[in-house]
Amino acid sequence: MHDVTATLFFEQLLNGLQLGTMLFLMASGLTLVFGVMGLINLAHGSFYMVGAYVTALATASTGSFLVGLCAGVLAAAAVGALVELLVIRRLYHRPHLDQVLATFALILIFSEGTRWLFGSSPLWLSPPEMLRGFVTLPGGVRYPLYRLVIIAVGVVVAIGLYLLIARTRLGMRIRAGESDREMIGALGVNIARLYTLIFAMGAALAGLAGAMVGALQSVQVGMGEPVLILAFVVIVIGGIGSIKGALFGAILVGVVDTMGRVFLPSLFRNFMSPSEAAGVGSAVAAMLVYILMAIILAFKPKGLFAAHG
Amino acid sequence: MKTIASLGLGLLMTSALTAAQADDVKIGMITTLSGGGSHLGVDVRDGFMLAIEQSGRDDIEVLIQDDANRPDLARSLSDEFMQRDNVDILTGLIWSNLAMAVVPAAVRQGTFYISPNAGPSALAGRQCHENYFNVAWQNDNLHEAMGAYMREQGFERPILLAPNYPAGTDALAGFKYRYEGEVVDEIYTQMGQNDYAAEIAQIRASDADSLFFFLPGGMGISFMKQYENSGVELPLFGAAFSFDEIIIQAVGSAAIGTMNTSQWAYDLDNDANRAFVDSFREAYERTPTLYASQGFDSANLILSALDKAHPSDQDAFREALREADFDSVRGKFRFGDNHHPIQDIYVREVVEGENGQPTNRLVGLAIEDIQDVYAADCQM
Repeated sequence: MHDVTATLFFEQLLNGLQLGTMLFLMASGLTLVFGVMGLINLAHGSFYMVGAYVTALATASTGSFLVGLCAGVLAAAAVGALVELLVIRRLYHRPHLDQVLATFALILIFSEGTRWLFGSSPLWLSPPEMLRGFVTLPGGVRYPLYRLVIIAVGVVVAIGLYLLIARTRLGMRIRAGESDREMIGALGVNIARLYTLIFAMGAALAGLAGAMVGALQSVQVGMGEPVLILAFVVIVIGGIGSIKGALFGAILVGVVDTMGRVFLPSLFRNFMSPSEAAGVGSAVAAMLVYILMAIILAFKPKGLFAAHG
Repeated sequence: MKTIASLGLGLLMTSALTAAQADDVKIGMITTLSGGGSHLGVDVRDGFMLAIEQSGRDDIEVLIQDDANRPDLARSLSDEFMQRDNVDILTGLIWSNLAMAVVPAAVRQGTFYISPNAGPSALAGRQCHENYFNVAWQNDNLHEAMGAYMREQGFERPILLAPNYPAGTDALAGFKYRYEGEVVDEIYTQMGQNDYAAEIAQIRASDADSLFFFLPGGMGISFMKQYENSGVELPLFGAAFSFDEIIIQAVGSAAIGTMNTSQWAYDLDNDANRAFVDSFREAYERTPTLYASQGFDSANLILSALDKAHPSDQDAFREALREADFDSVRGKFRFGDNHHPIQDIYVREVVEGENGQPTNRLVGLAIEDIQDVYAADCQM
């Protein structure tokens, strides 16, 4: 029994990590857009959906998941850039409430538009043949190969983002933008182009997350909104504007959410009947990340890694 | 999609012209047409409207609204239908938690409610009502039948999985009632959850010999795709809600070989069903799901009662509904004392169809003339 619990714990840790890396892809774009441009973008989940839909369609027509994935990411970036040029650009100097209203409208437009084009039945998308099945890890844990690949992609993106922001000229401008928006404009940086670029990059990352998760779950209208809520929790916990905060927050939320779902019901079972424990346990598990957020905010009101000190 | 829209619109317009007549009938349909799992609502609506269209009656007005799977919205839509539009009959709800928010208040105010899907245990038992009729099933029925079937097939250690909402707890209660043996564990998930890695790990860690699950709509698609690649190889069983034609085609090859129980199958051999499946395929260019069959039966039940009485004559109309004098696509159909069906439940297997896509094939009878256990608690 001890052995079973240990492998179960290890497998759940991997599951938490996998959820965390996906949340990181969503949260990094969200936190950059908020940190650099001061914009609350509720429509970020729509780019997640666009990425998944385009990947599903392109995979179906070309037969190659990799081509589909590239198409999905590029399409999400293109849609992101277009949305920035047409709508978001007009919102930077408006109050947050206007931004929330306008980007909420974008959610409705994207959702209804997708339903109008593709209907409300989910689209079919599966991981490529070579990534199906499971691998046996040291210690005898069987784990789906595709989920391991997702973790790997998340790690690569995290390293790439770190290098981009710490080592390149673009990264320098992004950091400068976070500290003082007016000043980098005064220094002659083309702010408008920088903003479009950051926005498209965030959208591409969301599209990547949507495409990869779409193959695991189902590609359907409204798939982005539940993830978006968790991504907001992540950036609030991590500290708005901080990529490092988004990474730590995402993994924290991923692991806590996954562990809570499994181990809380069995904890409650010690002093309740099984069906009651399952009910109460999963209800508390659903609240766990929000409780975590409340506790962290009580001690660190600006999140774990506040970008502005 | 275009045919449906124009069909609905046409109906609204023809009835708007004749709205002045006092003996016209107004039906308010509140169903889930957007968000995850909206194909259930779409199929109920399409099946319902097909029957109304086939009846050729122009004195029936059907008002359709989307509840977006939100109990608060469903409640306010029902108030709107009853107070502003003065509908005679309400119908359409898919989800049991929405039905619990709408139905008790609606029937108390003297409106008939004909359920084409949700059948929560409360409405079959203590909170049953003379104006409430369920044409589909009490929630437990299909799960009970699968419990009986798995017991008969000799499975000894099933593990159970369902979302944490009224129909989810009903599902597992129903399964256990007829399975009668010990189950290894019961796992409850969040409603609308899309990632089942944590639950699959729990299933792997258990020593179960089979898995019974209830995950309607998009939840079932996500689960089965993830289960296929997990390396867990327990045989899968469930009620038809996790195996409708749309779900298994989205799941693909992972669905093949799974077994499910249903009160209806598109290859069920009777005249009413053959005519229904053919006309549905012709009108909407897809194979109907059980939800479409339930929508179709609901409309035909209402039509059969309207032939005998107008809903304003409540007692006569109620009596006409009780008689269930229509050709159900399931073959035989009758109501128990609590206005829930007494019916046969079948077993279907998911097989590879002619075009290579998975499809359901009728295997046989799981249980005959099943009646829900809550009927005994119903005092009408």
